[in-house]
Order: sequence, then C-alpha cells, then structure tokens
Amino acid sequence: MSQCTLAFEDGSVFTGHALGATGTATGESVFHTGMTGYQEVLTDPSYTGQIVTMTYPLIGNYGINPVDIESARVYLSGFVAKELPTQYSNHLATQSLSEYLAEQGIIGIRGVDTRAITRILRDHGAMRSIISTECTDAEELISRTREIPAMTGQNLVTAVANHAANFRMDHVSPATQVSNSGTDLQGGPDRKRVLVLDCGVKYNILRELNTRGCDVETITGLTSSNAVLERNPDAILVGNGPGDPEAVQECIETLKALIGKVPIFGICLGHQLLASALGADTYKLKFGHHGANHPVRNLATGRVEITSQNHGFAVDANSLTQAGARPTHINLNDESLEGFAHNDLPLFAVQYHPEAAPGPRDAAYLFDAFLQMIHTQSIPENLLVAT
Amino acid sequence: MPKNPDINRVLIIGSGPIVIGQACEFDYSGTQACKALREEGISVVLLNSNPATIMTDPEVADRTYIEPVTPETVDLILQNESDRGTPVDCILPTLGGQTGLNCAMTVSERGILEKHNAYLIGADRETIHRAEDRTGFKESCAEAGVDLPRSVVAHTIEDAESAYTEIGLPCCIRPAYTLGGSGGGFATTREQFDYLVRSGFDASRNHEILIEESLYGWKEFEMELMRDRNDNVVVVCSIENLDPMGVHTGDSITVAPSQTLTDAEYQNMRDASIAIMRAVGVETGGANVQFAISPTDGRLVAIEMNPRVSRSSALASKATGFPIAKIAAKLAIGYALDEIRNDITRETPACFEPTIDYCVVKMPRWTFEKFPESDETLTTQMKSIGEAMAIGRTFKEAFQKCIRSMEIKRNGLGLDTQDAWLDFKRAERAQTLRGENGSLKGRRSGEPVHDWAERAARQWPIADEIVREKLLEPCQGRPYYIRYALKMGYSIDTIYELTKIDKWFLSQINDLCELEDELLNTDPEGPQAESLYCRALQAGYSYAQLSRAWNVDTARLRTFAQKHPGHCYKSVDTCAAEFEAYTPYYYSTHETPFRRNGELIVDDELTLPDKECVIILGGGPNRIGQAIEFDYCCVHAVQATRASGCVAIMVNSNPETVSTDYDTSDILFFEPLVIEDVLNITTAIGDKLKGVIVQFGGQTPLNLAKGLAAAGVPILGTTVDDIHLAEDRSQFQQIMNELGLVQPPSDVAYAVDEAVEIAQRIGFPVMVRPSFVLGGRAMEICNSEDDLRRYMDTALSASDVEDTRVAILIDRFLQDAIEVDVDAVSDFGLYGDEGTCTICGVMEHIEEAGVHSGDSACAIPPYSISRMIIDEIERQTRALARRLNVTGLMNIQFAIKSRRVYVLEVNPRASRTVPFVSKATGIPWAKVATEVMLGRPLCTVLTKYDYDPDKTLDHVSVKEVVFPFNKFPGVDVVMGPEMRSTGEVMGIDKKFAMAFAKAQMAAGQTLPTDGCIYISVNDADKPFILPIARELAEMGFSFVATAGTRDRLSAAGIECELVKRISQNPNNNMLKWIEQNRVQLLINTATVTGRYTDEGKIRAASVRYGIPLITTLTEAHAAVEAIHAMQAGEVTVKALQDYDNMSTSDSNR
Repeated sequence: MSQCTLAFEDGSVFTGHALGATGTATGESVFHTGMTGYQEVLTDPSYTGQIVTMTYPLIGNYGINPVDIESARVYLSGFVAKELPTQYSNHLATQSLSEYLAEQGIIGIRGVDTRAITRILRDHGAMRSIISTECTDAEELISRTREIPAMTGQNLVTAVANHAANFRMDHVSPATQVSNSGTDLQGGPDRKRVLVLDCGVKYNILRELNTRGCDVETITGLTSSNAVLERNPDAILVGNGPGDPEAVQECIETLKALIGKVPIFGICLGHQLLASALGADTYKLKFGHHGANHPVRNLATGRVEITSQNHGFAVDANSLTQAGARPTHINLNDESLEGFAHNDLPLFAVQYHPEAAPGPRDAAYLFDAFLQMIHTQSIPENLLVAT
Repeated sequence: MPKNPDINRVLIIGSGPIVIGQACEFDYSGTQACKALREEGISVVLLNSNPATIMTDPEVADRTYIEPVTPETVDLILQNESDRGTPVDCILPTLGGQTGLNCAMTVSERGILEKHNAYLIGADRETIHRAEDRTGFKESCAEAGVDLPRSVVAHTIEDAESAYTEIGLPCCIRPAYTLGGSGGGFATTREQFDYLVRSGFDASRNHEILIEESLYGWKEFEMELMRDRNDNVVVVCSIENLDPMGVHTGDSITVAPSQTLTDAEYQNMRDASIAIMRAVGVETGGANVQFAISPTDGRLVAIEMNPRVSRSSALASKATGFPIAKIAAKLAIGYALDEIRNDITRETPACFEPTIDYCVVKMPRWTFEKFPESDETLTTQMKSIGEAMAIGRTFKEAFQKCIRSMEIKRNGLGLDTQDAWLDFKRAERAQTLRGENGSLKGRRSGEPVHDWAERAARQWPIADEIVREKLLEPCQGRPYYIRYALKMGYSIDTIYELTKIDKWFLSQINDLCELEDELLNTDPEGPQAESLYCRALQAGYSYAQLSRAWNVDTARLRTFAQKHPGHCYKSVDTCAAEFEAYTPYYYSTHETPFRRNGELIVDDELTLPDKECVIILGGGPNRIGQAIEFDYCCVHAVQATRASGCVAIMVNSNPETVSTDYDTSDILFFEPLVIEDVLNITTAIGDKLKGVIVQFGGQTPLNLAKGLAAAGVPILGTTVDDIHLAEDRSQFQQIMNELGLVQPPSDVAYAVDEAVEIAQRIGFPVMVRPSFVLGGRAMEICNSEDDLRRYMDTALSASDVEDTRVAILIDRFLQDAIEVDVDAVSDFGLYGDEGTCTICGVMEHIEEAGVHSGDSACAIPPYSISRMIIDEIERQTRALARRLNVTGLMNIQFAIKSRRVYVLEVNPRASRTVPFVSKATGIPWAKVATEVMLGRPLCTVLTKYDYDPDKTLDHVSVKEVVFPFNKFPGVDVVMGPEMRSTGEVMGIDKKFAMAFAKAQMAAGQTLPTDGCIYISVNDADKPFILPIARELAEMGFSFVATAGTRDRLSAAGIECELVKRISQNPNNNMLKWIEQNRVQLLINTATVTGRYTDEGKIRAASVRYGIPLITTLTEAHAAVEAIHAMQAGEVTVKALQDYDNMSTSDSNR
C-alpha cells in the first residue's frame, strides 16, 4: 500500500493510498455524481486532461468488463475514489478496477474524503490539481499545480480526435443495451449514412445510430468541410469531446461551412461547437455538470428527462438569438442551456448525453428525432418550440 | 399547471394498528401527506383507528376520525361530512399501506364513492388491480416488454414433460389449490422433477401444477419511483437485498443504493421499472417494483409491484432525503414534479433523481423469542417486527452501525460479548498470561479465569454441521455465522454456494474478518496501532469492540481519538454535495483528515444555531413492547421543545418513524442509540447542550441515562438516581414501606435455589421476570416449583444491559385482580414540595392482572371501579411521584383485589399508554411533560393547554390490541405476562359498550350480532360462564360445545349442540366448524396451551379463519355488553374535533 498525494491549487492536500499506476499526473479536478458507471467515465474521451473524483464512495464493485467501454482506453488524467473492494462481483467482469488502471497507466488515489473534495470543488470551482505517488511534499505539489495550464483556452480535441476509427459494432454486448425506442431501419431502403465528426465521441453514440439502421462513419473532428462533403453523408453528428470549445477553431470553421448543407445533430462539445459556429457564445461553468441525475426540461413538450451529463463549458442562452437559434432544453437545477434548435435549418444540439452510458436513457428519443430530421429535413415536432 | 382547483377536501385512510409488515412508516407517510395537503389549503379528513399515531393528533388533520378502518366507516364519514355541509371530494388511498388501499378498493367496488359523489386520486381501481392481481401484473409486464419468471401450467404428465424442456432445471413445482404450498418443491435433478410432478398432481385438488423457473439464488432489487400527471418519472432510490431471492424483502438485510450492478444493468432495471409503472398506469405518486437478476447471466425479471407508498418508500425517503409521501400527496392533487421544490437544496426542483454519497444498510428486527413455537426460518412470509437503518461512508461502516442499532446485545459484527471466536482468542491469550496475572476484563463477574477460558475453548470452533445449516437456511443469525465460517477457513466461494449471498457482500465481511485478525495481532501500544485504529473506526468498529479486542479502556480509546481526529458528521443532502443543503440531517462517519496551510482538517458539516440545544433520544427499532407509542412521545417532545425556543435535536435509528422525518426536528442525527454514538453527539454539541431527554423513547434511552450522566451529560427530567430508585427492587421496597403502600410480596433471586426458597416463602403462584427488561420479556407465571426451576434455568440471560448480574424478580401473583394503569405528570423534581402532580388518566384493564398490561384492553374512564378506589389510586400515585422526585411523566400499574390497592410496578418515564391517554383526554401529555422538563411549572403548562381537572369526559375510550399470530401459523393464541401484541386501536363512543364494540371492529375482530358461539372454559371459569351464556342466548345466539361444557349449559337450560373432540372425530369437530364458517364467535379460556393441544389448534384456527376469539371471562362480559349495544343501535362516527374536550387548542400550530 504505497502512499499517494492529491493537491489542489487552493492549498488543500489529501493523502491516501496509491491506486493503479505510479508516478505523477496533473489536470483539472472535477467530480462525478453518478453512483454507477465508473468504467464509462474512465473511457469517456471527454475527461481528457481531468482528474475525476467519484462522489459515490464505493467504486469498483462490479469490476471492469470488456463491453462497457466508450473508447479503447482510459483518457482521464487521474482518478479519485473513497474505497475499492477487495473483490469485485459481476458476471461480466474480467478484471478489477485497480488492475485495469495499472494496466492503463492511470494514477489514482483512494482512501481520501471524497465528499470533502466535492465540497471544496463546489465552493471553489473546478481546480487545477496534481496527484503523485512520487512526491509527498505538500508545498512542492501545490506550487506545481499553479504551473498546470488552465482548462479555458485548451484545445484538447487534438489528443482524442479520430479515436473512434477502430470502433466495431461487435463491441456491443447484451448488457450494453442501447435504448429500445429505436426504429429498426436495418437493411431497408431508407438506410441513412451518418458521418460522425469525432472530437472524442463516445462509442454509445455510434451504437445508438447503428441500432437505428444508420451506416455510421467517423472522421476526425479536426477535418475540413471539403473532406466531409466529399463523403456525401445524409447527415452529420458532432459528438462530445474534451476541453474548451473556443479553442477548437478548425472544427468551428468546418461546421460553419457545413451548416445549411446537411442536417446536423450536436452532442455536448458538439453542442458548443455548433453554437460557436452559429455565432453564439460559450462560457465556463464553475464546476460543470458531471453526473447522471440532471433534470432537463424539453421546452417543446414540457416533459422532464433525467439526463447524463459531462461538461465544464456551456452555451450562453441569451446569445442564441443572434445565432438564429432558440432554446429547446433547459437545466432545471441551474437553468443553464441544455439544447437548442436552429430557427430555419435542420440542425439541433443538446448539451447532455442522450446516449447515456453512464446514466439514464430518457433522452434516447433524440436519436429518433435526428433520423426523422434527416427524412424530413426539418426540426421534428418534439423539438419545435414556438416563438 | 398547478394544483387541481376542484379538490377542496380529501379523505386520507390510515393503516390502522401496527402489524407485521405494516408499521409506523404509514404514520410517517400519512402525517407527511396531511401536512402537504394542508399547506395547499386543502382540508384533510382523516380516518385511522390507531391512537398512537401522530396523524391522529387533532391538529394534524382538519377532521380526525379515530374509528375502525372499514368500508362501512368510510361510508359513515362521507355521509357525516356531507351532512355537515363540507362534503369530501376525493379519497387518497395510496398512503395507508395495504389496509388503506384494500379499504379504498372495497369502498370503490361497493359503489360508496358514487353514492357520495367522491372519487379516488393517486391510483384508481383498474390501476390497483393491474398491479396487485397476478394476471393483471403479467399483462402489464408483457405490455412493458419486461420479463417475468417463465412458467407453465401443467395438467398432464405430457404437459410437465414439455415444461421440462421449456423451463429446464432448476425449477419450482407448485400444486394449485393447496394451502401452504404442500406437495410442492424445488427440483435440481431429473429425478426430483419427476417425483415432484407426480406428488404435485396428487396434492392438487384439480390436478394442476405450476412449473416455474427457479429464481433460487438470484439477486433481489427494488426500485422506488414517482410519477406525475405529465408522465414525468423519477427513480428515487434503488435498493439491493443482501439476502437473495426467497427471503421476504421485509426480512432481508437491504442496502441502498444497489452495489453490484453495472451501469448498463442498472439502467435496464430503471427502464423496466418505468415501463411497468406506465403500463400499470399509476397516474401519480409513488410505487415500487421488485426485480430479480440472475447472478450468472444478468437476466432481469420483474417480481411484483406496489402501486402505493410502501415500507420501502419510507426507507428510501430516509435513505435519500427525498420525501416520497409528501411529494406523492402533492402530485395527487395535480402538481407536476417540476413544480415542487426540493426542500433540502431549496434551489433545485423535486423532479430529479437523488444521488447519494454514502451507503445505507437496513436490518430487520425479529421477536422470535416471544413466539418460541414459531418457525424461525426466513421465507417469503415476513416475520420481522421492526427495523433499524444506518448510514456510513462505506458498506462496512453502515453494516456495523446497523447491527449496533438493533439493540441485540451486539456492538457490531463481532468482537463483542457474543463473539465465540473472540472468547476463544482471549482464552488463548489468557492461557499464556496465566501465572503472571490472571485478571481479564469483561468476563462475567465471579467466574475464575480458567473456567471461563476452558468454556471459551470448548465453544470454538463451531461444529461444522451447525455452520453449514446456519448458512444454508436463511435465519436471523446468518451474518454472524458467515463471519464464523470465514474465521474457520471457509472460502468465500464455499459460503457463496451455501448462501447465494453475492460475493461482493461476502468479501466485505471477509475484509472485516481480516482486519480483526490484524487487530488481535497488533500491540495496542505498538507503532502499528495508530493506523490500524483509524482503519478500524472507518470500517465501523465501535470503541466497545476495540476495547474488547485490545483489552483497553474505552476511555483510553476516546483519548486516542482526540489525538487522531477523523470522527465527523456529514449530511444527507440528496445530491452528493453538488449543491448546498439546508436540511440538517446528519450521520456520523470516520474520515481521513486533509491538510490546508499546515492545518489538519476533518470536514465536519455539523452547524448549530446559536441557541440552547435539547437532545431527544428515540426508541430505536420497533419491537414488541417498544414501538410507535414511544415515537409518538418523542415527536411530541420535539414539538414542545421547538415551541419553547430551544433547538430540538432528534437521535434515532428507526427509518419507519415520524421522529426521523427531517421535517420533525431542528436537527436529526440518524445514529445508533448506543452510548458511545450518543456521547459523540453530546460532545459535538458541547456547551450549547441544555440537556438530554431520555424519558420518551422507552427502555432504550433509559438504559443510556446512567452512562450519559456518568459522563457529565445533563439529563432533563427525573434524575438517573431517582429512576434507579424505582427500578431497584430493594430500594423501592423501602420506599413502599416508608409511604405505607402495599406491593404483592416479592423478592429478588440471582440463582435457582434462591428463587425456589423465595417462592415457597411468599407462596405460589408467583410471577417471575428479569429486571431491566421491557414488554415483559421472559416474564411468566409459575404455579409450582418445577415451573420455577425450568424458568430460572432459561431466563438468566434476558437482561438488556450488558455485563450486569441478572436479577430475577419474584412476585406473589394476584389471581383475579383488576389491573389499573395510571399515567401522571409531575414537577416535584424541580420544585420539591412546591411541585404538583396531575393524573393524566386512570385506565381500567379489561383482562385481569396476569395478562401483560401491553396486551390488555383498557378503558378511560374506569368502568367498574368505585370513586373511592380511584381516589386512593390517585393519592398513591401522587405520593410516589413526590417521593421519587418525578419531573415529567410516570406510569404506575396497580392491582385491586378485595378492595385493596397493590402497587405492581412504577416506571418514572413515558409509558406506551401516553398516546392513548392523550387522545382520550384531549391533552397532549408528552408535550406537557416536555415543557415541565424544560423547567416550566406544571400548573402554568396545564393552563396553557386549557386543562380543567374538574371536567368530566363525555365519552368513553377503549384501547384494544392486535397480535401477530396470523404470521406465525399454528402458534397458540393465549395471553399471559409476556407481551406479544404488536399494535393497538382505539374505540370512542358515548358509552363503554359501543366504545368496546368499535375497538373490536378496529382490531379486526368484529363481534357478531347473531349466529353460533363456541364455548369452552376451564373448570375454574365454568360457574361464571352460565350467566354470560344465558344473556347471549336471550340475545338470539345458539351454542356449540364439547361434552363437559354442553352438559353444564344443558343442565342450566341453555340449548347447545354437541361437537366431538378433534381426536374423536376428524370429520366433524371444531376445526371443521371453523373452516366451514359455522361458528361466529369463540369463547375459550385456556386449560392447556401449546400448538399440539386441541385447544391450541382451535385457537390457531380461529386466527387463520378470522373468527373473533375471546380468551378471558372479563372480556366475555365486555363482549356481551358490546353485542347488546350493537343490536340496540346503529354504529355512528364522530370526529375528534366534535368532542367537547378533545381538540385542545395547540400552541404549536
């Protein structure tokens, strides 16, 4: 049991036990409030550059399995948990969380007061932090946090774009069921070709499209509009990804050129990038939304969906008007913007994760809406908000 | 779209008396609902027969009917309300448990709703049917696309053969139409399958068997959901059962949230539960769905659904902070989830799913020791009486805290006085220490070390066959045997094969075992001790356990704790700290401190207002003898404390209660009621603590009083020394002599021979019981020396307090005496001779002395004793209150024999009759007592509550009890000095007779007004039964009896049919009469008892078939009067608010 230290830029220092790999890692600390889904969190490329604290204290209970993966490897910088079990238990599991982290070279810490960390992050906002099994000197660690580049302004997409090129549909297992609301278009004449701009897209977005009978192709999010149009897709999906959207200028430029040419659906970072491309503004949230219980109201239907979220930046709802779009979804906790649709074009986006994984699948209907939009070339009824 | 403007008056149906499977959680949900509706300006009409509920406090609802929960009563209430010009618009049926729901269903089916132009809200008849009916539920699941266990109905061997192919092994074979599942079973091999199919066909009346996929060993889960009228659905909580399928959820150790499911599996279950809720059509409100998941392939099947607020909703509410009942009430009147605010975060809406950052463990509390004839194996039939819940940051911590909360003489999973393994280890150590210094802490006093050590060595290891049996058969001691098995070297895999308890849970228990080994191998003075100590506390070990393992004082461990901070309070906030919480709902934990600017910080979230604080200690898990009545008192204490301007702090571990509603107190600690946990709280409160109230939670807090006082914690109310005076036999006897009061002759014995000597001196029959127990546990009447010797041999271990020498009290038993209970309140302790004492109520028992007071029916005012005797009783009560310096409540039991008054027992604390007396007299006595304890003179307080000592009551109130015998089939139903009832009801009317009749109805024993009565009484009672029988005959009843009684009745000119003894005629005996519904009432006083006697079988059968049974002559007398009244006039209902002096203006509202 070797010691491990987690230090924050505000001077808070937590000492616990090393978990996974040894060494030193830095990143922006955030907390995730889902009670299950650590494997999906670990493999979600959107967490690139971040040290993630799980607020649920017992992590690793059901081990690691080969199917619940959102990418081929772990992308986050560091992992913080209160307690790991001596023995995991689940019929799908093939290895323990700590073995997996070690294998993936990820440094983690356990045995720390994760609720205290969460309260610090809640009050102070997401913070630069460092996790180390090598250095125990608090002062040194704290000063090193101040050298870590801030999240704002960082283009982290470069590190993950096109990761999904290796994705195969056989990654789906019986347990990783995609939502059952899908319309089965498999093999039909209406089969649509969807090109996914990969800024770190989660596998489950691809699975959801695939079960709905789409031919899915991925392309790096850092591509040109010409490269996209050459492939002549029926529609484009801009997926999730890490970092500051404003910093991913090449993608914003690409989108600017694509808007109006094909139906587009944006998710998470995709939502922010589309908003930027349309001329709306984005800003950094204090500590973001990372969890599986965020209530979101669909303004067209009035219904509330419980959503899976993972974002540190948001789109300024007030700036949408100048972008020719209008809000479709609002977060009920803090009233931040969770989705918008274009006033005239077949384009909509949501800030949260309709593909769930981890989290509730209440919003899976958005993939159906996307397909409908491809067919009708207009915003579907359940996203059509009256002015 | 906010609330429906057409709803102005709502009737809420409560759940009636506490029974197994339906406890105070429905008082909690009903009270919440009343508050929630009245907040919206809706008038609430309430029906509940249980006087010990907060919901029946006159200020909780606008119109309170303490009447039997029956469709007839609902009809009368609806009529009454409409006659008053305030008609009820609708009934909310989903908050009163199964009783409330069933009552509403019948009301709806009988057209009573249409008659009064009312309707159901929350759930309608079709919905309830789709959820509760087997076929309805099957169809709903199919519609929702959710699997059920596969099953095939077979009528022929060929059908069975194809079922074998379809379902495969293992499977369950159940013959249709047999009682109690006889002839069915579980097949794991082809041979067993063939055998069970054949025997099943034989056993089934219509040659039909059900072959069902076996879910043996599957994991069991529960989902708590809420839905609003806009079809928004949220999952409030998921619960995983530690015990796999086969054990009723109410009897399982359960854990929240689910622990062993991947996110995808969890989401599948979430999707399925929502789909079922929609398919069943629960329009608004709460519901739960149970699931089973195969541990080998993850297959998910639905088991059942409750379309209402349930026991697990209460647990889910306490576990997450999400007030399900309150929200359900708001949804029922038209609100949507996103229109309701989350009280805890204030800023966020109730339309979200709570996320928690701790682990919650709930454990059932059984009372098998009260029913020695019952089968203790845990099955799909719920048997537990209560439960405790604990919260910790880890499963291990919550698990051990929960065991500690159960008050079963355990400090945690092990390392306590019940631990055979530790005894063995200590003996080993003692052997090596022998010669140097033989003294060891913690062993029973007086026993030489070597005897003790040898005994310990004999007990370990446990015999293999015992361990295997305990693991294989679900039973209440199973967790401890899992630990023993691990200590004995069983592998987790082996234990899994035997128990099917998920390996994750087993490995958690194994972690504890390994930590214990480490503890025992570590020198408490050595360098390793420090980190080990912190780890142990984080794993939920108590000082008591560590002190026993390490042989060091708990005081030393406390000093150690000060040097190594880590203990802290965290809040339950529904959101894992994502938002700031405003509701002060706390649990304790041990955390690793962190550093900032060189300072060591433990993140403790406890914040105290700048005011004096008063702690009210609750009663812990419900058990027989200590249940909702005490929680009622605690809630009143909290209310009075808050009203007085102090901060009311509640400490309790029972999730079913109103006292643990975060809305009830200013600050809630969900903690074990164990001395060290309570001392941690008093330490945390520090100088702001005005004192601790120990008087209201029953014996539990009283047992803590001494330890608290010793630690310098101020106790409010009667002092610990005075409490001790009343409890200590010899000192109390002195006081009695001093005051010139009489007790039945008595003495105390510590050994068998001594007991016999005493009994011979004072004369048989004697009443025997251990001191310091509640509810008459292990109390018995012994008629002979043999009886007494047998009793003494077994009873020497029933004391609740650890490590005290067990004293057995022996009293002369007064046969045929009238027993009287008196509750009184006094402030003598504060004002000495200037103080006063007021009698709250004098209750005359209907059963004679000898039946435990908690099992007796009783009446206020007394119905047969003279004014002179009552005056004498009141005089004696005052004298005792003065002498014992009582501050607050006291309860005295008197017996009257030959016009002489005997004092049986004095308890200087609130008794379980306080709620009944309060309801009967219209004065909230627990509040009065609380104000007195806080320092106000009694007379001032009484003036405030408009108490008029000269006012006579214009009504009679009768309390009747209910027994759990229907859950212990076959067990003989006789009353005695051991309390066995679980709940109570109240009947109110102008005269005793009708009040008694109503009490019987409310207890589910509606007396017949015509038909046939079976009479069988013992010889002593025979002369007295004749006048009773004659009166009943005049009232038109016919009789049936066996030869002896028949002859006697015939001789007196009363016609009576003859029935043979069971053994004499298997086809025409009383059991058949009962089965065929040919008898409407049984009057049977016991000659012999036991499940294998004819009498015992008949009594058990009356319970099974729901035929009223009267077992004492006094009760038979009362019944005659009641039947008279029922024949003479219609039953009417009246709200508490319409009685003259029942609805006191309460300053707290």
